[in-house]
Amino acid sequence: MELARAFSTMAADLPAIFSMIVVSVVGLVMLTVAAFRSDHPSIPWLGVAGMVVASAWELFQLGTEPGTAFFGAIRVGGYAAFINLLVLLAGIATTILSVPYLHRLKHDYGEVYALLMYATVGMILLGSSNSMVSIFVGLETMSVCLYVLAGLIREDEGAVEAALKYFLLGAFSTGFFLYGIALMYGATGTMYLPAMAQADLATAGGTLLFWAGVALFLIGFLFKVSAAPFHMWTPDVYQGSPTPLTGYMSTASKAAAFGSLILVLYYALPAERWTLVLAVVAVITMVVGNVMALSQANVKRMLAYSSIAHAGYILVALAAGTEAAFAGALFYLLVYTVMNIGAFGVMALLEWDGREGRVQTLDSLAGIGTDRPVLGVTMVVFMFSLTGFPPFGGFFGKYAVFAPAVDAGLTWLVLIGVLMSAVSGYYYLRVVYVFWMQDRDDVVDARQASLGGLPPVSRTSQGVLVVCAVGLVAMAFFSGGLIEAATGFFDASAMAAAGGGG
Amino acid sequence: MEVALNWYLALGAVLFSIGTLGVLFKRNAIVVLMSVELMLNAVNLTLVAFSQSMGDPDGQLLVFFSIAVAAAEAAVGLAIVIAIFRSKVTVDINEINLFKH
Repeated sequence: MELARAFSTMAADLPAIFSMIVVSVVGLVMLTVAAFRSDHPSIPWLGVAGMVVASAWELFQLGTEPGTAFFGAIRVGGYAAFINLLVLLAGIATTILSVPYLHRLKHDYGEVYALLMYATVGMILLGSSNSMVSIFVGLETMSVCLYVLAGLIREDEGAVEAALKYFLLGAFSTGFFLYGIALMYGATGTMYLPAMAQADLATAGGTLLFWAGVALFLIGFLFKVSAAPFHMWTPDVYQGSPTPLTGYMSTASKAAAFGSLILVLYYALPAERWTLVLAVVAVITMVVGNVMALSQANVKRMLAYSSIAHAGYILVALAAGTEAAFAGALFYLLVYTVMNIGAFGVMALLEWDGREGRVQTLDSLAGIGTDRPVLGVTMVVFMFSLTGFPPFGGFFGKYAVFAPAVDAGLTWLVLIGVLMSAVSGYYYLRVVYVFWMQDRDDVVDARQASLGGLPPVSRTSQGVLVVCAVGLVAMAFFSGGLIEAATGFFDASAMAAAGGGG
Repeated sequence: MEVALNWYLALGAVLFSIGTLGVLFKRNAIVVLMSVELMLNAVNLTLVAFSQSMGDPDGQLLVFFSIAVAAAEAAVGLAIVIAIFRSKVTVDINEINLFKH
């Protein structure tokens, strides 16, 4: 009788995981099609269609009231819908960008796109989880798929090495992460985030146990978002992995992990104790990312360090810990996802045979803007936006992240962040300089590289890039409304209503 | 005989430490993989011990997921190690250093 009621409750909760169901079922269909003909051209478009349906659903969930489903394991409402929408849009863009890239490499297997779908399912679960169990399952579903995707081109030594490093360090950090969950569970007696905050830690040793658990848990998360000093894997993995998939790893997985981290900080750790810890991590991350990016000759490696730096900017907001700061972080994740997917997308289209993205130097791309004007112009938009120049989304994102941190009294942290943004101008604008202001005939690398002819252009990929670039400009106009909407997700009364479960 | 919770936790912590040290100091990718599995199993032990002592099933629930994840990770990890052995004919992680500058 009890069981029957549980099942009927779960059946009523099914709409809460609609997008997960759609994406995973479509993924299975893709896998079935791939079993008969692995390079069937319709497979990626099936995936795109599935993710479009799921994102349309999430779009309508944006305004809904927060709540929980599946006995408190899953969170529904605006916050989860925002993260899920972000992840799904990144998935759509990545799938479309991957098609010509993987085709050129003769690696356009249907299984790749199916894996991309499952990684997306993991991210959706991560972004909408309300208990430690679903956070763990989501994080691991995402990570295991990404390990495989990193080593996709298994004939290439660099790709396999990237996969091995990603896997070994990822599995290592999973151990810490899980141990952290175990200790937090032992200290509080619950897996549910809101209940964790209300647990009584006063029992002997409970407090120490809890904070030891939090430390281990944070190590796991900081690894996933590649914050220094847990960033060692990032440059190698990003440089070795297939370029469009690197864009996916650096944006969607970060968005989902940060989305989940914000929920944990907001619910389970409402104390002020982690402000200093996260502030210190943010400083190290910003400094390491920006300084190391200065000396990189390979654009993918430079973008890898830049993604570390951007994780640092988001950590500034997390250290501030106010609702406005969390909303700013959400907006920043949106802007960052669009501009970074775009930047990696441009690089994917500029690789001669796809495999050489690992060794391609920036110098070899001298003057490419005149030959490939669409790529050149969109790259300029992405680079200016990544630097944080005013007309583009990146500026408003940085403002949304830094302003609440100043309000929270972290002025010193924001000063370091602004200084580091200024430093980042050097390596971002250098790309613009090389693309447009250098002449190919003046640079030895570029003369040799162009002997084989320019890589073919793909209209669909260019379309995606143009949409990203236009989106970045449009975000400048809508930033106020978007941030306000994001703040609405943290409306105290609404979140309290969703606090039940467990 | 009833064994106190602390003994399980101590055993879990010791196993976890052995696993961590194994990951840090072993140079064979397969042994590193085994050390990671040891870490995950140490956590499983801790979770079950907490779960049992509190009479709360959630910890044991997570252990089921953790076992499944560990299996998936082992499968993917071994596949990657095989791929790297095919190209390099070694699984020594000191010799896998293409990106060292």
